[in-house]
Amino acid sequence: MARTGPTERPLSPHLQIYKPSITMVMSIFHRITGAALFFGTLLLVVFLVALASGKSAFDQVQWIYGSLPGKLVLFGYTWALFQHMFGGIRHFIWDTGAGLERGTRMKLAWATLGASLATSVLVWFIYLAR
Amino acid sequence: MHSNPHSIRTPAARVRGLGSARSGTHHFWMTRVTGMANVVLTLAFVMIVLMLAKADYAGALKIVGHPLAAIPLLLFVGSAAIHMRLGMQVIIEDYVHSEGAKVALLMLNTFFAVAIGLASAYAILKIGFAS
Ligand code: HEM
Repeated sequence: MARTGPTERPLSPHLQIYKPSITMVMSIFHRITGAALFFGTLLLVVFLVALASGKSAFDQVQWIYGSLPGKLVLFGYTWALFQHMFGGIRHFIWDTGAGLERGTRMKLAWATLGASLATSVLVWFIYLAR
Repeated sequence: MHSNPHSIRTPAARVRGLGSARSGTHHFWMTRVTGMANVVLTLAFVMIVLMLAKADYAGALKIVGHPLAAIPLLLFVGSAAIHMRLGMQVIIEDYVHSEGAKVALLMLNTFFAVAIGLASAYAILKIGFAS
């Protein structure tokens, strides 16, 4: 919170000061995917409540989820879930004190993104092939 | 804290519990516990969804109603509801600085998480007990 008073005290540098890096992007992704999953859980609740309510409610939800926009949202949810899961595992590694060196940090960040994309594509491949 | 300079309370005692959430390590630890549980339960959840591919109404009832699917699903929504409430709390505390809006949003956050958890649990149990 920038309070400009008579004494112009320096502020700590924030986002726009730093050169973007993959670790920074993965950190932002973890928060965004966490927030997306918060609301994305509604997708699961709606499915379960529809299934518990009866055939017409279930068929309606299936129709929406099976449409192209529905599939796109579900693919986004899948990716968010895996991105956040691998990002969370990265946090657990850091919690032990490991993986914080510069080289490892970069590798872990890229691995998080690679693993989340690969797993999402794999899951959808299995889903569509069934 | 403009406290009495002659107070006998130690500096630590004067600030303890005054963080934006009035608590700390417990929050951190519960995020780790539920996050850890979420890894296993997410994998189970994704496998159940894959089994539901192409299932019609009767087929879906049978799959979700089976204890081996219903129990992991219950655990997943329970763990996810607690975890997402903790996570969203941090996001709210980071970005919402007016005390009134913060308290209101923290309350809504709790209501949402409880509603999500209980609605899912009710639906899963209804399906399970009916099958
Ligand atoms: C799948 C396994 C999951 C793991 C391993 C995991 C792990 C974590 C961890 C370690 C954090 C704390 C990050 C930090 O300290 O900065 C976190 C934050 C969060 N998680 Fe999860 N999580 C998982 C699933 C979920 C799910 C399913 C949801 C929502 C339904 C969710 C919502 C959130 C939110 C909203 C945050 C706060 C994000 C932030 O503060 O930037 N997570 N997660």
